[in-house]
This record gives sequence, C-alpha cells and structure tokens, in this order.
Amino acid sequence: MTDTLPRPVEGGLDENRLREAYRVMRTIRMFEERVHDEFATGEIPGFVHLYAGEEASAAGVCAHLDQRDAIASTHRGHGHCIAKGVDVKAMMAEIYGRTTGSCHGKGGSMHIADLSKGMLGANGIVGGGPPLICGTALAAKLQQTGGVGVAFFGDGASNQGTTLEALNLAAVWNLPAIFVAENNGYAEATSSTWSVAADNIADRAAGFGMPGVIVDGFDFFAVYEAAGEAIARAREGGGPTLIEVKFTRYFGHFEGDQQSYRADEVANARANLDCLSRFRARVVETGQLRQSTLDQVDAEVTTLVDDAVTEAKAAPKPTRADLETDVYVSY
Amino acid sequence: MARTISYREAVNEALAQEMDRDPSVIVMGEDNAGGAGSPGEEDAWGGVLGVTKGLYHRFPGRVLDTPISESAFVGAAIGAATRGMRPVAELMFIDFMGVCFDQIFNQAAKFRYMFGGKAVTPVVIRTMYGAGLRAAAQHSQALYPLFTHIPGLKVVVPSSPYEAKGLLIQSIRDDDPVIFCEHKAMYDTTGEVPEDSYAIPFGEANVVRDGGDVTVVAIGRMVSVAAQAASELAASGIDVELIDPRTTSPLDTDTILESVENTGRLVVVDEATPRCNVATDISALAAKEAFGSLRAPIEMVTAPHTPVPFADSLEDLYIPDAQRIVNAVKSVAGWSR
Repeated sequence: MTDTLPRPVEGGLDENRLREAYRVMRTIRMFEERVHDEFATGEIPGFVHLYAGEEASAAGVCAHLDQRDAIASTHRGHGHCIAKGVDVKAMMAEIYGRTTGSCHGKGGSMHIADLSKGMLGANGIVGGGPPLICGTALAAKLQQTGGVGVAFFGDGASNQGTTLEALNLAAVWNLPAIFVAENNGYAEATSSTWSVAADNIADRAAGFGMPGVIVDGFDFFAVYEAAGEAIARAREGGGPTLIEVKFTRYFGHFEGDQQSYRADEVANARANLDCLSRFRARVVETGQLRQSTLDQVDAEVTTLVDDAVTEAKAAPKPTRADLETDVYVSY
Repeated sequence: MARTISYREAVNEALAQEMDRDPSVIVMGEDNAGGAGSPGEEDAWGGVLGVTKGLYHRFPGRVLDTPISESAFVGAAIGAATRGMRPVAELMFIDFMGVCFDQIFNQAAKFRYMFGGKAVTPVVIRTMYGAGLRAAAQHSQALYPLFTHIPGLKVVVPSSPYEAKGLLIQSIRDDDPVIFCEHKAMYDTTGEVPEDSYAIPFGEANVVRDGGDVTVVAIGRMVSVAAQAASELAASGIDVELIDPRTTSPLDTDTILESVENTGRLVVVDEATPRCNVATDISALAAKEAFGSLRAPIEMVTAPHTPVPFADSLEDLYIPDAQRIVNAVKSVAGWSR
C-alpha cells in the first residue's frame, strides 16, 4: 500500500512515526475541542485550560522521548499528558472527577499525572515544574540511563524565579534537561511582549551559558528538529537547552475566559498556521502519508474521544471512603 | 556499642551509614560538599556547621554543592525522589523556607494525594531551626509548626544525638517527604549514640522521664530544658512525666493522652511562637480527648508572639527556659478540682 509511495524519511520519521505523531496531535485537538464543548454544558467541574493550537510542541518534543525520560507540565497540561502516553480515557475521567481517572478523581485537569509513564503531572503552580525536572535529569545522570528531563512551561512561567533558578542549576550541574518555553503570547491576559523583558525568552539562554533556540510552534517538523538536536546533545552529556516555541492558543486562558484582551489572531492562526493542517499538507504533498491514512487516524481518534467522554460520564465518583486515603505511604 | 558523640556527628554518621547502605541516597545543599569549583573542594568543609564534612570524598559524585537557589535544588531533590533516588537536601536555615516553600508544600507534599496514591517521594529536607546563637530574626525561628500543618509532610524534631541519628536514618528510609529539623544550638551537645545503624520509628513518643504529678510534653531542644526543670521540680516533690513526641507529624497522641489521663495536668513546651504552634495543637488534643481527666488548666510555655530578637538580653528572655517551665508546672500542680 503506502510502501509503494516515495518516502523521504525526515529526522528518523518513518511512516509509522509520522502517523503516530499525527495521531498525538489529532488526539490532543479532539480531546480539547470536546472538553471545550462539554465544559460549556456545565458537567465538568473546576478550572480547565486547553492546549488546542499548541499541539506541535508536545508532539514534536515527546516524539523523541521514551521510558527513560520524564516531563513536567503546566496548568495547560492535557497535550503534554497525551504526548507522553497517558491513557486518554483515564485523563477524561479525571477531568470529570471520577474514580477511573488517572488520579482517581483527586487531582483534576490541573494535576493529571502518570509517573509510570514519566509524566510528573500537569501543575497548578506557574513555574512549579522546572526545578522538578532538574531532579529527574539528575536522577537520570546519576543512574546513567541516558534519560533526559523536559520541563514545559509558559511565557508566564519564564518570569518566575523558580524557572530561572532551574535554568542556572541545570547548567551548573550540566544536566540532561530541556526547557521548553511555550510562548502562546499571553500569561492569562497579559501579553508576553510586555511581560518578558527581552525580545525573546530564548535570548535568556545566553545568560545561563546554554543554547537558546526559537521555533515556529505551529510547525511540527521545526519543533521536532530543534528538540531532537537538544535531546541528543543532552543524552550525550552536552547539557541543557532552552527552546522557545512560539504560537497562539486557540481558546482562552481558561474555559469561560471572554478574551477581551486579544483581537482576531486566533481566526488567522486557525486559517493559515494551524499545525494539523500544515502537517497534513506536507506529508501528503511529499508522499509520506496518504490522505486516507490520515482520515483513518481521525476516525479512530473520534471514536476514542467519544468513548472517553461516554465512559467518564458513566464512571463512579469517589466517595467518603476515598477522602482521607493516599495522603502518605504510611502514617 | 554506644559511645559519646555530638549531635553534629550523629547526623553525619546517619548520612554516612545510609549512603553506605543504599546507593540511591544522595546529599545536596549549599556548601554540603564545601567549596565546589575552588581549592575549597579539596578541604570539603561540609557546610557552615560542618555537618556533612567528610562525605564528599567518601562518596564521590553523591554529595552535591548547589548555587544559593533553594527553590531549584529543593525542587530537584523532590524531582529526583520521584525517579528512584533518596535525596537528602539541606535547607541551611529553616527561615529560608520562604524562598522554596512552593516546592515543599504544593509539590512534594501533594503528589501522593493529588496523583491518586500513585506517587512515592522519599525526599528528606534537613534544616536548622531555633534561637540561641544571636542570629536574629531571619536565622533563628522554630518554624516546624508550619510544616506540621501540611498534610503529606512528616516532621521530625530530634532532641538529642541519639534521637538525631535514629530519626534521620528512619527519615531517609521513609517513603514520604520528611522535614528534619535540627536545632542549631545543639550541634555540640553530646550524648551516647550506638555505632551501629538503627532507626527510630515515627509517631512513637519517647517517655524521657516517668512521673505521676504533671505531664510535660516538650519539642526538640526544649526536651533537655524541660528535663532540667523536671530535676529541679523533683527536689521540691513534684514528679514530672516528660514526653518527647520526636515527630510532630505523625504525632503520638496515645502516649500523650495516656499520660494526661494519669496525671490530670499538662504543660506543653514549644520554642515556636504561640499562635497555631505544636503547643496549641497538643493542648487542643488534650482538652478535647482528655477533658474529663484534666484537674487544672493546660499551660503552654512558648516564645512570645514576636520575631526573634538580636540583643542577648532579649533573646534570653525570648527562649523558654527551665525556670518558666518550673513555674508553669508549679502553677498547674497547685490547682485542684
């Protein structure tokens, strides 16, 4: 079938890996769009921050990672979870606060985690993740696994002392750590062009003696390439890298955000820059994947997300018996 | 075999024995190796108080100096703990919790619950607390009550060299995040400590002295101060039962309540400031659970509701001393109902 197509392999991305990268991005998109719709019905409790529009970052970075590697995420963490292999149905159930959720309903959207997959959790504290990733990278270095740690954080967190301390520590200890600054233009409603006192977040890398790279965050292949270089260097003992991924989030800071602080940039991004559209166009034009293969993935993801919502809604909520468990290993 | 060593040496020995036993144990903090990247590295002085001295050369690669970046390295210790290591991070002064508290109470303390019981974070944060060295308001506080308040943390306040060694070994072996609070005025205190490794379980108070008249519960360095008071009181015919909880979280409520039910009188001695501290916590426990046994109002001997003063004349007034404990015990002993 597709074996007969001419297939230039890009950066180790063969047909299977391209299809899976697309599947990750499409899963994130459909997951987030569905959560957006379901949140509007009032059935999802709490605060939800959606990653739609930013898929190429999580997918492009995590395509290089395996079981040796750990990531830390943000309040906008669903995409990172999906890209690191957290079970999608368990994620949806967690967002609904059900016992079948990734965290048995005790964490919610901002705390989805699967440590067995090296996913250290979405994180409700802006700048909470980078110090933790210094630790996972240190563990990988001492255990000589060849593993790396990746801290995803936003433009808001780029101004947190924890992030700057972590960048310095990672350089001082020469850690296999990658810092991915996802600059979606706004920390809540505050523009990064105002809050970041530099032209680019990546410019700050020079101050820590590490490479700093700026990437078009709507381009999966650009992210994949930059991350691949940084991760390979880290695995070989070459130390940390700061990658700034620039893009736009398609939804508000949180669900319910009226977004009066920004104009029609989302419409333009959706129409002209969208990472999924560009990925499709490129792999089809170059003959790497067939349109039908991509459509097949879309259909499978649609079913998965539908089932995830149906099963989440049907799953039981935790009860009084669960209230005081899981605080300590022993007490 | 037991021999007499200092509190400092007891902590150092616990670290060394656990590092020997378990290769996943690592140590990190400001000057923990001592002078990384300079000629000081050879000397490896082991920190301002020399607690980690000798470990750097004995355990190559496992004793890490850090920049003065408490959020980064405390967070790194926590992150490493989720990936198979057992890090012991040193927060030089407990007062510095202010610059890294998020990593401790929002990250480490909450992982297990927030992630549905699937996280294990065996990190120890050793930290130095307490007044008495004229170190003034930002280097002298007894902040263990703040940690005790946080579900998910265990809090250890060792009262002697023997306690320090056994409780630190338990802290390192424990699978939950532990805040280990060493009193800075005790490092030169000496006492009998077994050479062999031993672990003292958490949540099991030590009855330092048996007595039937008044129960005194004291925390950390206050245990030795209360013991001195108890000796004086014995001379005037009042038998104090002195309890060292060892850990404020978990707290051995059974031992405290059993004693209060027997004596009917309680004095709690806590070097912390008086609002929402361990003394108020234990007093509330006794008032609620042993109300029927109480024959006198509960007394609390604590620091005043002020920052720690610098001038020696003031700091000496600030720290609870044996005389105040004697007075409090006599006060509750004099009640009858």
